[in-house]
Amino acid sequence: MILYVVLDGITLGVALLFGAFADERDRSILVSTIGPVWDANQTWLLFGGGAIFAAFPVVYAVLSSALYLPLITFIMGLIFRGVAFEFRDEGPRKRLWDRAFFLGSLVAVLSQGLTLGGLLTGIAISGREFAGGPFDWLNPFSVMVGIALVPGYVMLASAYLVLKTTGTIQLRAYTFVRGSTQLVLAFMVLVTAWTPYHYPAVLEHWLNPPRIYFVWTFPLLGLLAAYRLTKGVRKRRENAPLAWAIVLFLSGYLGLAASLYPYAIPPHLKIWDAAARPESLRFTLWGALFVLPLVLAYTSYSYWVFRGKTDETEKYGG
Amino acid sequence: MDLLSDPIMLSRLQFAVTIMFHIVFPTATIGLGFYLVVVEALWLLRREELYYRMSRFWGKVFAINFGVGVVSGVVMEFEFGTNWARFSTLGANVFAPLLYFEVLTAFFLEAGFLGIMLFGWGRVHRGVHFLATCLVAGGSVLSALWIVAANSWMQTPAGFRLVDGEFVSAGFCAAIFNPSTLIRFGHMLTAAFETTAFAVAGTSALFLLKGRSTPFFRRSMAVALASAALFAPLQVYLGDVSGREVYVHQPAKLAAMEGHWTTNNGGGAPFVFAAIPDTEGERNRFEVSLPDVLSLLVTHTLSGRVLGLKEFPRHDRPNVPVLFASFRLMVAIGFLFLAIMVWALLLWARDRIFEQRAFLWTLVVIQPLGWLAVELGWVTAEVGRQPWLVYGIMRTSEGVSPIRAGNVVWSLTLFVVIFMAIGGSYLYYVLRAFGMGPDMASPIPPLQRPAGRKIVDALADHET
Repeated sequence: MILYVVLDGITLGVALLFGAFADERDRSILVSTIGPVWDANQTWLLFGGGAIFAAFPVVYAVLSSALYLPLITFIMGLIFRGVAFEFRDEGPRKRLWDRAFFLGSLVAVLSQGLTLGGLLTGIAISGREFAGGPFDWLNPFSVMVGIALVPGYVMLASAYLVLKTTGTIQLRAYTFVRGSTQLVLAFMVLVTAWTPYHYPAVLEHWLNPPRIYFVWTFPLLGLLAAYRLTKGVRKRRENAPLAWAIVLFLSGYLGLAASLYPYAIPPHLKIWDAAARPESLRFTLWGALFVLPLVLAYTSYSYWVFRGKTDETEKYGG
Repeated sequence: MDLLSDPIMLSRLQFAVTIMFHIVFPTATIGLGFYLVVVEALWLLRREELYYRMSRFWGKVFAINFGVGVVSGVVMEFEFGTNWARFSTLGANVFAPLLYFEVLTAFFLEAGFLGIMLFGWGRVHRGVHFLATCLVAGGSVLSALWIVAANSWMQTPAGFRLVDGEFVSAGFCAAIFNPSTLIRFGHMLTAAFETTAFAVAGTSALFLLKGRSTPFFRRSMAVALASAALFAPLQVYLGDVSGREVYVHQPAKLAAMEGHWTTNNGGGAPFVFAAIPDTEGERNRFEVSLPDVLSLLVTHTLSGRVLGLKEFPRHDRPNVPVLFASFRLMVAIGFLFLAIMVWALLLWARDRIFEQRAFLWTLVVIQPLGWLAVELGWVTAEVGRQPWLVYGIMRTSEGVSPIRAGNVVWSLTLFVVIFMAIGGSYLYYVLRAFGMGPDMASPIPPLQRPAGRKIVDALADHET
């Protein structure tokens, strides 16, 4: 279970860090805020994928066959975003690559939301493999989740920009943070109200012990975060928006996880039926225990080297 | 069967397209990473400005290359789930941890220090920067070890038990260092070093022919040729060891690579120089062969017994014409490179290596062949593994996802379009970086400056 928390934290981190990119449009300065660190962020996605594959192979296999189309589209969006990001700095045709950068990110976020929504609405399984059709994931709920992720990532990204930039960009970022936070809250309410419709067991989970005692803490935490975030924006604090935006996201994800547990894939597959063999889990867990702290240490070092406000001259490969 | 409605063939095709596009980039990352370590070490040791300029120039190419490698690699990891879900479910206990450790130990290392390597020239001490370069290069080598281990486990599986058709680990050491991992790792690593060395030499030769930045490219070419002189003969040797490993563990693959149909009972097996294999008739047309040489190569005796393809049922044989041709071409390129290095050595002895135009043109022309050899090597390895996904245990057709063919048609189309766009732009930008030539004018970052400070401040300090 510890492993599960670790993994969830990481996939979470992936989603969070990726969010920071979703709103980066056509200004070099925005791009250079993420320039030095984006490869590391991309690696967290790979790690998330690898960790799920190693720890919960059935989840990995079933999900990726069931959500084949949105997942592949998501990855393609990412690829497009990634190379557009890199090539735009290499010289001519900046505008073209800016457009590719934006569209790639948008496609990635929308299809990521569709993937998540598709998971929440349940997946047909027989035995240990997917048994549904190619478009099972497509329904109003998953479309809604897809759209909901956009303000979510805008919120994270603009809170990050508040921290990393100065002047007019920072001022505009403050405005974005506030607007997107309100949208995020609205969507969170919507998701909370809508999920039980697709997945009635959630209501039972919420309303019965032991979960009734703590499941309410997540929305409360979310509200607190939103409040502190808005306050931080009003007082023009630089650090508060990002920190609380992350907490707001965490509250959403943990709330979902706590509601779904013990199901890894609703409505059939439970988490322990999906896990890998204990000897394999031990092997990967030891790896995580020893190597991950090291990874975190040198990644922080790299962030530390590039700390402070971004200056415009630092270009990719420059 | 109609290709467009066959998820197995489509998935294989898609994986082949992905991997053949992808492999170019890690090859260059490993090779250029090594080259950059050498150049930067030379800069620190000899303090010659030229080496710093070389680090920056080839580092720029490295940066363009690295980004494309990362994004094209992301696809592959997810394709195991999207297209090979049954294999992923049954094989994950042994196979997935290898990919997991690749990310954990290698990708993070590369990504964590790439920022410092590319942007950190003005922000960290030179020694720290060199360390970052070493770690990025080391990370790329480590990632090659893990991924070759994973692939080798599919070629020569070890360290597992089968429980209800599921692979269960019986010692990860045995699985990682399965019989073919180390030799294939060496073969691939050397391929990356050698291919990139020839690519750098070829590019430099073109500049020398045009007479642009001559001192810079002479030095670039010298470092590249020095490493090629080491790796070209090493690769021919490792290729031979690798072939013997295939002979021991994957006899059907070896027989197909060599176009060897009938087992030689009594007397040596001939080495087929050239032929057109006829799969239906189980024989070679227009065969040109050397008697006993195949036995000599793989068994080191003149009459060693080499199993022929006819020993294996038809449905257990790989595609003979493809293997026969790709293997032969790869070997030919290996020997061609060796011959060129002999020529280079003769020129070097007469001190004519930078002037002899025929030699420089040869370097320019043969440059793409290294990349071709890498592709052909992987075609040989992977087509040779068929019809097995895990050699001798699980068939490729048993590993595919329970999905409709239409899914794969969509993703394959998307891949081909996007890969063409990316590949085209990649070439355009690399050529453009070459076209601009090395930057010989920008200031060299000052020797020491605490991390985190702006370059402007430091320069100001430096002047006061």
